[in-house]
Amino acid sequence: MSERVLFTNARLLDPASGLDRTGELLAENGTIAAIGPNLARDGVSEDVHIVDCAGCCLAPGLTDMRVQLREPGDEHQETLATGAEAAVSGGITTMAMLPNTAPPIDDHALVEFVGRRSREIGRTAIRTYAAATKGLQGRELTEYGLLAEAGAVAFTDGLRAIADALVMRRALSYASTFDLLIVQHPEEPSLGAGGAMNAGEIATRLGLAGITPAAETIMVERDIRLVEITGGRYHVAHVSTAGAIDAVRRAKARGLQITCDTAPHYFALNETAVGEYRTFAKVSPPLRDEDDRRAVIAGLKDGTIDAIASDHTPQDQESKRLPFASAEPGIVGLETLLPLSLELYHNGNLSLLQLVRALSQRPAEILRLPGGHLKPGAPADLAIFDLDRPWRIDVAALRSKCKNAPYDGRPVQGKVTRTVVGGRTVFGLEA
Amino acid sequence: MDSGAANDPFPHRHLLGIEGLSRSEIAYLLDRSDVYADQARGAERLTLLRGGTVINLFFENSTRTRTSFELAAKRLGGDVINMQAQTSSIKKGETLIDTAMTLNAMRPDVLVVRHPESGAVQLLSEKVDCAVINAGDGSHEHPTQALLDALTIRRRKGRLEGLIVAICGDISHSRVARSNIHLLNTMGAHVRVVAPRTLIPPAMDRFGVEVFYDMRGGLAGADIVMMLRLQTERMHGSFVPSIREYFHFFGLDYAKLAVAKDDALIMHPGPMNRGVEIDTEVADDIDRSAIRQQVEMGVAVRMACLEALSREARAPVAP
Repeated sequence: MSERVLFTNARLLDPASGLDRTGELLAENGTIAAIGPNLARDGVSEDVHIVDCAGCCLAPGLTDMRVQLREPGDEHQETLATGAEAAVSGGITTMAMLPNTAPPIDDHALVEFVGRRSREIGRTAIRTYAAATKGLQGRELTEYGLLAEAGAVAFTDGLRAIADALVMRRALSYASTFDLLIVQHPEEPSLGAGGAMNAGEIATRLGLAGITPAAETIMVERDIRLVEITGGRYHVAHVSTAGAIDAVRRAKARGLQITCDTAPHYFALNETAVGEYRTFAKVSPPLRDEDDRRAVIAGLKDGTIDAIASDHTPQDQESKRLPFASAEPGIVGLETLLPLSLELYHNGNLSLLQLVRALSQRPAEILRLPGGHLKPGAPADLAIFDLDRPWRIDVAALRSKCKNAPYDGRPVQGKVTRTVVGGRTVFGLEA
Repeated sequence: MDSGAANDPFPHRHLLGIEGLSRSEIAYLLDRSDVYADQARGAERLTLLRGGTVINLFFENSTRTRTSFELAAKRLGGDVINMQAQTSSIKKGETLIDTAMTLNAMRPDVLVVRHPESGAVQLLSEKVDCAVINAGDGSHEHPTQALLDALTIRRRKGRLEGLIVAICGDISHSRVARSNIHLLNTMGAHVRVVAPRTLIPPAMDRFGVEVFYDMRGGLAGADIVMMLRLQTERMHGSFVPSIREYFHFFGLDYAKLAVAKDDALIMHPGPMNRGVEIDTEVADDIDRSAIRQQVEMGVAVRMACLEALSREARAPVAP
């Protein structure tokens, strides 16, 4: 028995094919069966369930390539289930979690655990990175081949940079044996050590130790040299500086297999958000100055920055209600990823298709996941959103277990009305 | 009598490596090895080296290579002295040359040298008057191993030219791989190297080999599968994350061997790590495995090399 759903009256958005027009989409048995302007012109058979999108945008579901979920280990902050619940309401149909759980995900049994839980939960597909080094200690490589066979999407030490140049070289080289991706947290730790926010006037005024933007640029430039000699595939997570973006731009021009992403806070905020020691605005890498923020937008515009990821980082009150330097970094972002990104569209920086490319198509491509496209045969993972609906972010109403976001009361435009995973509606906004 | 270098089938004073040897020189050594291999056992003691002295100078532990040279020299009627040097307790370089000078004063005919540092055997050869055979220097060359591998292949397959030879494992640190690559290429075989990228040294394309990072691709249609020892002390997350992972992707078992030719020959220079680079069943498969034959051929090859060099050493030096 086939399950068929016809989505009508939708503004179809598919950056891969350049499609942006009103039409219909037919999902059958979890995959996209047809796309077109007039699929229902001859009427539809009775077994087809019809969803009227009421003129909303219909895009490939978002692939959020950088989230932290706290299971196993810190389930009081977030579980795979609560994370998936928050993700579906944000239009995210696939997400990739960092391996910085307790214990860290450096063994194939843990990768398989995440896969099994994801299928049981049956919401947003949860994929996981595996640790690039055993115990995230930055010394010995993990079993990349076996971990990839178990389902790991790529390899990273999460919040820690792979600092040792020889270890990074071996990681890139060994990963390329199996054509696997290494993801780097771009901060030279010796320069970042002890720093709490971006180095500059505000840090000096607040008396906080600063982290120079060069800490990011140096790490990225070093890694690019290592990519050159190893021929590996390399991705820089959450770039925040003009220097790093420029380095990636030049590396791409030279034809290296390098990609990068950023997070909404690096284009929606700058270091002034720290204000009077607001720990909700403490992130790693830190919020930078206005020039860097503009460079992030420019990087998204010209495609140097491939993807936008939420960088979802749940932190409980105990982790944030601390003196600034002692507080944990991070912002929860699953539910604000789309509306904050849509600011780039509403203020004219990015076209809608460019935005969907950064949120859906490119992250899926970088991680070699099947989503990110509206085309027959692709999974029917869809995000349906009202492009213009204005609302205010209410941090207390977030579904994530933690509410650490510096956006409370921020007016935004654009809201997810329905999220579909494998043809099945997993989130629907009450009208 | 003025024989002249042009007529000499092996006009070299030393055997330091395969690189630089011509096709005909290699063929000559293999032909002579063939003769010795056929007559070796039970043959009466030969007299070529009678009154001559071969010194085995080993700065690195070895049982099979040293024994093989010793047996070869004795079968040729020579006297053999084994010297096992302790590298850890002496300063390298200066002491190596001092040792060479001391041994040189004893007027041996052939020095057989193994040393953990690449280039050390050549350095020593520049300081002595006798012939020097490299029995393995660092990650550089191990010419007699390559010759015995070639002899084994030639006797089993009837030829070297045109064969597809897949050399699998730690290419980076292997002197056996380097000597084999030079020899097999010179003799017209098609050489592939197969390993995780961390174990493949840079610029392999300059050596005329095809590089593979997976066994399926690397072994497809291969006539010869040559496994190298994984030096487990190098494992520990540095070049390869674990033995489990290495064996899963690069260890030779019947499943991986299935894509090679039906009559593909399995070789290994020894000592083997069973369950690391090679499955025990495959290693012991008497129809496919040439591993024991390799050891046997070792003596014949070393006899041929001693013969070629001692003859050269005894030839009158032109004024």
